[in-house]
Amino acid sequence: MIFTIAGRELRGLFLSPLAWSILAVVQLILAYMFLAQVDFFVQLQPRLPTIPGAPGITEIVAVPLLSNAAMILLLVVPLITMRLISDERRNQTLPLLFAAPISMSAIVLGKFVGVMIFLLIMLLMILLMPLALLLGSSLDFGVLAAATLGLFLLLASFAALGLFMSSLTAQPTIAAVSTFGVLLLLWIVDWAGSNADAGQGSNALAYLSILRHYEALLKGVFNSADVIYYLLFITVFLVLSIRRLDAERTQN
Amino acid sequence: MSMDSLITVENLYRYYGELCAVHDLCFEVRRGEVLGFLGPNGAGKSTTMRMIGGNLAPSAGRVLINGIDILDQPMLAKAELGYLPETPPLYRDLTVDEYLVYCARINRIPRAQQRAAIDSAKERCGLTEVGRRLIANLSKGYQQRVGIAQAIIHSPLVVLLDEPTVGLDPIQIREIRSLIRDVANEHSVVLSTHILPEVQSVCDRVQIINRGRLVLNESIEQMREKLQATTLLVALRVMPSMGELESIEGVQHAEVTEDGRVRIRFDAGDDPSDMIVEQAVANGWGLHELTPERTTLEQVFVDITSSDVHAQGESGNEVGSEGEAA
Repeated sequence: MIFTIAGRELRGLFLSPLAWSILAVVQLILAYMFLAQVDFFVQLQPRLPTIPGAPGITEIVAVPLLSNAAMILLLVVPLITMRLISDERRNQTLPLLFAAPISMSAIVLGKFVGVMIFLLIMLLMILLMPLALLLGSSLDFGVLAAATLGLFLLLASFAALGLFMSSLTAQPTIAAVSTFGVLLLLWIVDWAGSNADAGQGSNALAYLSILRHYEALLKGVFNSADVIYYLLFITVFLVLSIRRLDAERTQN
Repeated sequence: MSMDSLITVENLYRYYGELCAVHDLCFEVRRGEVLGFLGPNGAGKSTTMRMIGGNLAPSAGRVLINGIDILDQPMLAKAELGYLPETPPLYRDLTVDEYLVYCARINRIPRAQQRAAIDSAKERCGLTEVGRRLIANLSKGYQQRVGIAQAIIHSPLVVLLDEPTVGLDPIQIREIRSLIRDVANEHSVVLSTHILPEVQSVCDRVQIINRGRLVLNESIEQMREKLQATTLLVALRVMPSMGELESIEGVQHAEVTEDGRVRIRFDAGDDPSDMIVEQAVANGWGLHELTPERTTLEQVFVDITSSDVHAQGESGNEVGSEGEAA
């Protein structure tokens, strides 16, 4: 049942030009960044052997690419998730799902899985770029895997939040703007304490920051606390979405 | 509760803030019955339908579908439910076939039977020709049919149709009505509408709801008896005295209307038309019109709903306090 809804969601995405244009634009911008980074590496290459413990091509090209990808997808994911539930509410198609023998969890998970499949396609296309370096070089797969996992978890968190925001309103644009706002806030929330020397409050804020946990993974440091942060984040917003939909038809 | 009642609604209430949209509604729908749910705009028809369809939580009360509480066991109850809301829930970017496949899947029709279920729903709703067309490009009538196909695709025991003929042309309305009758052979149907002839032509039972309260619940036969003619309108060239008319056997009372015709009241089952014609010929009154005046469902409807408005007006304070109590 979850996959039926996920399939419908994915089809819906690809039936509109939105998904295609997003894939194209993201790929174009990231490819430009990737080439710039490769150029930078080529300039740097002669001097690298002289530096002890110098970064390799993975650190110089692949990691910045994934780091930039996170920033761009922060802008893009709200556009993909905005229509998930709000569009059904606006077109009054939710009764179809509510009158069918499906649980709310299946509806929410189905929509989440649908978006995640789309984001996975995007992630794979982004990954093809650093993997292309294998033609003339070798990569540090440990770092690349950790960074990829980080980006995947980050995208899943974006999608979960976007899904929740979409369940709150009947206007896709409002869902997109509020998702973007909350994500950006979570991104920069650690700025508040970063100047004043490490007080208790700033530590807590830094921990909340969705970016901090990604940075660790980008360095190739796999810390279970970071992974659990993302998993908790995703679970919380999926459960909130289920509760939100359930509230419409259950007795309070 | 009898085994044969497919929908049981018990003491249903729904408040929107202070406004009481549905007030203490109780009724049952039996197997194979078409229930016409009538009411003026804003009477609470759609709210009730949404609650029966599991789309809206009642503030109080229970809804049982085939004996299963729709709040306690929604998955079981909804398996036996087909629901067409006021606005058909259509994905406009899909073709009719794609949409129905999706509906078949989410209604948990086993994969092996999906093809047959879709074909039969399409055939019954006259959609065989348009299977490959985009729903967005279909006319309103066809979209409505797709909505009905969606509601009957999994052969549910109960079909809820919320104003299924709104916005259709007369030919389409006729087709949809015959479709509803067809559906009712196998399913119980609840049909909400504010179009009265629709009820008279397709329903077995009529319920009139006004301001959230059930004000009438009768079978269509009982209604027909109520609607039998008890007055005649007669137009004569030579006007006899009312005394002469009242002396005719069966006539209770005669009076001249504003447009110069005569309204003759008689006892039900004792129609004096024959006698009036004979007398008119014998006395040369020049009879040129004789029409039985039927009470229409419309009149009953207007009588009931408008008299209720007066009653409501008098007990306005009481309604207010009920709102607060909730």
